[in-house]
Amino acid sequence: MSAPLLAATGLTKSFGPTAALRGASVAVDAGEVLAVMGPSGSGKSTLLHCLAGILPPDEGEIWFSGQRVNDLTEPRRSRLRRERFGFVFQFGQLVPELPVVDNIMLPALLSGGRISAARSSALALLDRLDLTGLGGRRPGELSGGEAQRVALARALITRPAVIFADEPTGSLDSVAGELVMDLLVDRAREQGASVVLVTHDARVAAFADRHVTVRDGRVSALAAA
Amino acid sequence: MSVAATLLGLIEPQPSHGYQLKREYDELFGQERPLPFGQMYTALGRLHRDGLVVVEGPAPGGGPDRKYYEITESGVTHLEEWLRQPERPEPHLQPVLWAKVVIALVSNRPAEEYLDAQRAAHLKRMAELTAMRRKGPLRQSLLADYGLFHLEADLRWIDTAVARLAQLAKDVAR
Repeated sequence: MSAPLLAATGLTKSFGPTAALRGASVAVDAGEVLAVMGPSGSGKSTLLHCLAGILPPDEGEIWFSGQRVNDLTEPRRSRLRRERFGFVFQFGQLVPELPVVDNIMLPALLSGGRISAARSSALALLDRLDLTGLGGRRPGELSGGEAQRVALARALITRPAVIFADEPTGSLDSVAGELVMDLLVDRAREQGASVVLVTHDARVAAFADRHVTVRDGRVSALAAA
Repeated sequence: MSVAATLLGLIEPQPSHGYQLKREYDELFGQERPLPFGQMYTALGRLHRDGLVVVEGPAPGGGPDRKYYEITESGVTHLEEWLRQPERPEPHLQPVLWAKVVIALVSNRPAEEYLDAQRAAHLKRMAELTAMRRKGPLRQSLLADYGLFHLEADLRWIDTAVARLAQLAKDVAR
């Protein structure tokens, strides 16, 4: 059995007196879509932030592709996030002043990509995400579903190994949400990316290959889907 | 679902024989549970007995399967009444699930573990329905959606029950 692509063991994380994680362990295989479920305040978003190297845990280990993430300096963690990870959050968090196509190109440019190649990839992603012709609009001119698909395109442009999605459909109605999930899972599988999907919504979690639940800062496995 | 009324609705546009009816029924409603021939002929017999269909034939050279069923005026009235009459809203949570929770609590067994197992089973079924919804034509997707919404409601109940187990244990203590 091969080692998981991403694994965390015994993570603890507190914010002041509040313990968010109390010994959380989880592993994600290459190409796997994992749903992390749990009630509000259970620690699932904190777990995602630790796995993605955004938040350092107080204790425990995180391994990505044979590399101990805890040992990395902040600049190297930042580079890891930029080049190997993609992110989709509940509210797209697009740059409002930039046209859609520039928003999508941004991670590729920050990773040192050439402008012409980044633009060509961004335009291809617009087509792949049913956004053809919207590249010149500003984020404020998009519907919620379109904005989330732009955020998804931005997450995909660097062809990340892992996409972290935190309540990616939380601000959408069910039809727009399902389209985002259809595209997220299909495009991730095309690129061979793993997905860590944090959600409290069982209909969203049903897109995953496997489910775990976070309760009181600990992870328990649910049966494979 | 009322099989007899559904068959009546399939017969109405044009007289049909048994094999054709079964094929249409299974294509529209029986993807996961095809209609057994025996059940279909029992329902057709009842429709005939009640004067809602007449039987034509058998067609030349045909066996019992070549009998054609045609809707009567009473049949059309019955079909319209069935369509207009709203279905009784039913709680979909299986009564057995509630019974398991209460029995687990009164016998001091781990109700939360049982509910977690149920959650896993629900999520597994939801994943199957989601795969079916994504692959199939719209009529199959909407059918899967119906199941997904009901399973989601069950899951919400399971989550609420888990959050209130301690309180419920006091409530049902004997």
